[in-house]
Amino acid sequence: MTDYQLPLRLTALGFFTVVVQTAAISQITVFGVSVDLSPLVVASVGLLAGSLPGAVFGFAVGLFADVALVQTLGVTSLLFIAIGYWAGRLRELRDPAHALMPLAVGAAATAFATVGFALMQFLLGVRAPVSWLLLRQVVVTILIGMLLALPIYALVRRVVQGSLPDDPRRRRRRAYTTGGLSPLQRPSAGR
Amino acid sequence: MYDKQVRRRRAVLALLVVVSLILLTAYFGESAGSPLHSVQRGVVTVLSPIQEGASRALKPVRDLFGWFGDTARAKKERDQLKAQRDRLLDQVVGLKVALQDNAELRRQVGLQGSNGLDAYDKRAARVIGRPPNNLLLDRLQVDAGSNAGVRVGDPVIADGGLVGHVSFVARSSSFVTLITDPSSSVSVKVLSGVGDTGLLKPSVGDPLDLLVQLLPRDARIAVDDVVVSGGFRTSRLESLYPPNVPIGRVTSADPEELASDQQVHVAPIADLRHLDFVQILVGSSGTSGERAQVGP
Repeated sequence: MTDYQLPLRLTALGFFTVVVQTAAISQITVFGVSVDLSPLVVASVGLLAGSLPGAVFGFAVGLFADVALVQTLGVTSLLFIAIGYWAGRLRELRDPAHALMPLAVGAAATAFATVGFALMQFLLGVRAPVSWLLLRQVVVTILIGMLLALPIYALVRRVVQGSLPDDPRRRRRRAYTTGGLSPLQRPSAGR
Repeated sequence: MYDKQVRRRRAVLALLVVVSLILLTAYFGESAGSPLHSVQRGVVTVLSPIQEGASRALKPVRDLFGWFGDTARAKKERDQLKAQRDRLLDQVVGLKVALQDNAELRRQVGLQGSNGLDAYDKRAARVIGRPPNNLLLDRLQVDAGSNAGVRVGDPVIADGGLVGHVSFVARSSSFVTLITDPSSSVSVKVLSGVGDTGLLKPSVGDPLDLLVQLLPRDARIAVDDVVVSGGFRTSRLESLYPPNVPIGRVTSADPEELASDQQVHVAPIADLRHLDFVQILVGSSGTSGERAQVGP
């Protein structure tokens, strides 16, 4: 039962994200741009669950968004795979413990999604010259994404809490409290 | 063990990327009636009731956020509207006289119908969804589809102004491409002295700033002039939009910009960012020719 908890929760989270995004969030504009929560949720899942779940979740959410919004299939899923995977690799390689890390990851995810989507649309033939106004809106979108990154991360963490296979912070805490030595106390091989 | 995990991770990643690229390539090269589009249409049909329910349930949230922006804009708009009302009151008298003259002259030359909208039935539809990225794809989803007689290409209006046209139809919902979408272009007429015609396109990066392009360099256009759809018709093609549907008001008509770029700036009449309902004009009787398409 525990093995299925994370996929089930992520499926519900992905479905809920896309439906709420299209039905409500996209219709709210701040400084002329609409807020996109999907890359933030994908990045949060990558940060919490790892690269593989992050990439699979990104693919699924992206594909669902492309289907539900009648966009070219594969565009959003390709971008979200990268976001979920990179966020997960960051967790696996750096084990980021700083409380503001989701903020930076959220900003990077929003920037990648916004610029990547624009580039893909240009490649697919949308004829729209790059202008300062477009760049300004991209910057505003990234700033809004950054502001929302922390609450979204907290929300996603609350949803998947308890079903994660291995929480890095919990793992480190457990190592200190169950007899394991901290790196400062551990005798080095040279001494 | 570690190598096996790494290999598995890379294999899954490669598989996901390859599937995405295959879907992208297949979808891009397909026509509107192809299998992937049909699957998409089926999913949209299934999802429409859920999105409609979510849209209604989350309306208070949207209204709450909208309230802050609306309050900030209300005072400025009130002053603008008072000034506009005073100007319009002066115009009404002249227009009433012109209307009488027009009706009399139409009777004399045997013309019927004063507005292209008369040829359409109006279907009210609720907005139930919208893509997050409105910079490059500005569309919205409404809860009326082929069941309600909606077809691809049907014009859509709201708040007394043109909104866009239907670009994708499922059984119980459809997608409307707004006039602020980069792919949109509408032939328009500026109700200035001589009725100059041009092409309405959104300004890149600021979709709510519309541009009327390809105007004559010596056009005499002033701020607050009304822009309406041109509704052209040739022997083979006719515009998606009926003639004389109000679209917007001129916000900036710089003579230098007109001389160099042949364009003026227009603000749409319909509040395109806060639409809850739209009207789809269905069942035009005058569609014997092929309709001009501007893509989904």
